[in-house]
Amino acid sequence: MKKLIIISGIILITGIITLSFKTEPAKATNYPILPKDSVGSAKAFMSVYRVLMSPRCMNCHPSGDAPLQGDDSHIHTMNVKRGIDGKGIYSERCSNCHQAENIAGLHMPPGNPKWGLPPANMHMVFQGRTPHQLALQLLDPKQNGGRTKAQLIDHMANDDLVGWAWHPGDGRTLPPMTRPAFAAQVRLWIAKGAYAPSAKAK
Amino acid sequence: MINITVNGQRHDIDADPNMPLLWVIRDILGLTGTKYGCGVAQCGACTVHLNGEAVRSCVTKINRAAGQSIVTIEGLSLNNNHPLQLAWNEMNVPQCGYCQSGQLMSAAVLLRENSSPTDQDIDDAMAGNICRCGTYQRIRAAIHKAAAMQTGGAKI
Repeated sequence: MKKLIIISGIILITGIITLSFKTEPAKATNYPILPKDSVGSAKAFMSVYRVLMSPRCMNCHPSGDAPLQGDDSHIHTMNVKRGIDGKGIYSERCSNCHQAENIAGLHMPPGNPKWGLPPANMHMVFQGRTPHQLALQLLDPKQNGGRTKAQLIDHMANDDLVGWAWHPGDGRTLPPMTRPAFAAQVRLWIAKGAYAPSAKAK
Repeated sequence: MINITVNGQRHDIDADPNMPLLWVIRDILGLTGTKYGCGVAQCGACTVHLNGEAVRSCVTKINRAAGQSIVTIEGLSLNNNHPLQLAWNEMNVPQCGYCQSGQLMSAAVLLRENSSPTDQDIDDAMAGNICRCGTYQRIRAAIHKAAAMQTGGAKI
């Protein structure tokens, strides 16, 4: 009788555990959960912000429908436009000049297999955004490409088009910190609560 | 050997995979209608179609074109009777002519995707093709004419 009770108990517990996994899958995370720290979180975001506003990132997140070029972020020559998919229009598709890799030499087209702007239905503008605005925008799946916080970290840390910013080819300045340092600041920002800097922060 | 199809003909090219497609087209295949302008994808004189897209062949390496289909100005139509070619001829578009094959190849993509382009559509599609003689107004007018010819039954 005692054996029967123990076996029944094991079966019951196993069933409950299995059911709990089926109904509530564990959330995938790639960041630690640290104590909430609005000051530390916002400070980390300010480092992230400086990278995102560097020409290597901002030039393809413009406020208008034309990409930007150069360290002075001037509007792309040739009247290039975003298009529906972010890859240009008609005979001015991005990949008509931009190859899968950078072409060596000054003033040669940089390249990546995914070269392009965000699509027309989600502009993901960086240009002109304050730290406060950009932090909130990045956290909003309706404005960030439908990404969770974990996916946002993964995008910043591992996406190869984002990674191009640190291998931009001849004559282009790098973002103000290394990619691992950048990814660490993104992770810290989110781990400490994903706070937006105050509206007055610049 | 890199296999490419140019104007419907297959070619096995024995060349460095990093050789620009423009070099292959002009120097190996002898199709000299496509021009070298700037060499840095800034002028559009070297525009050809790679799987229907108007790529700048001066910066496109031959290995990107491996197994793909390329059309040059020589293959735009069978008898130089593409509506754009007819309109170009009728309106005496070229002056020196050097940029015109690139202009035509870009315009052909525009007309394929937009059968009735506005002036703005034309500017958006053609701003990457520079003409030092300044034939832009005639180019724009000829594209409108070709669009009308196409609507009237001519084939693109």
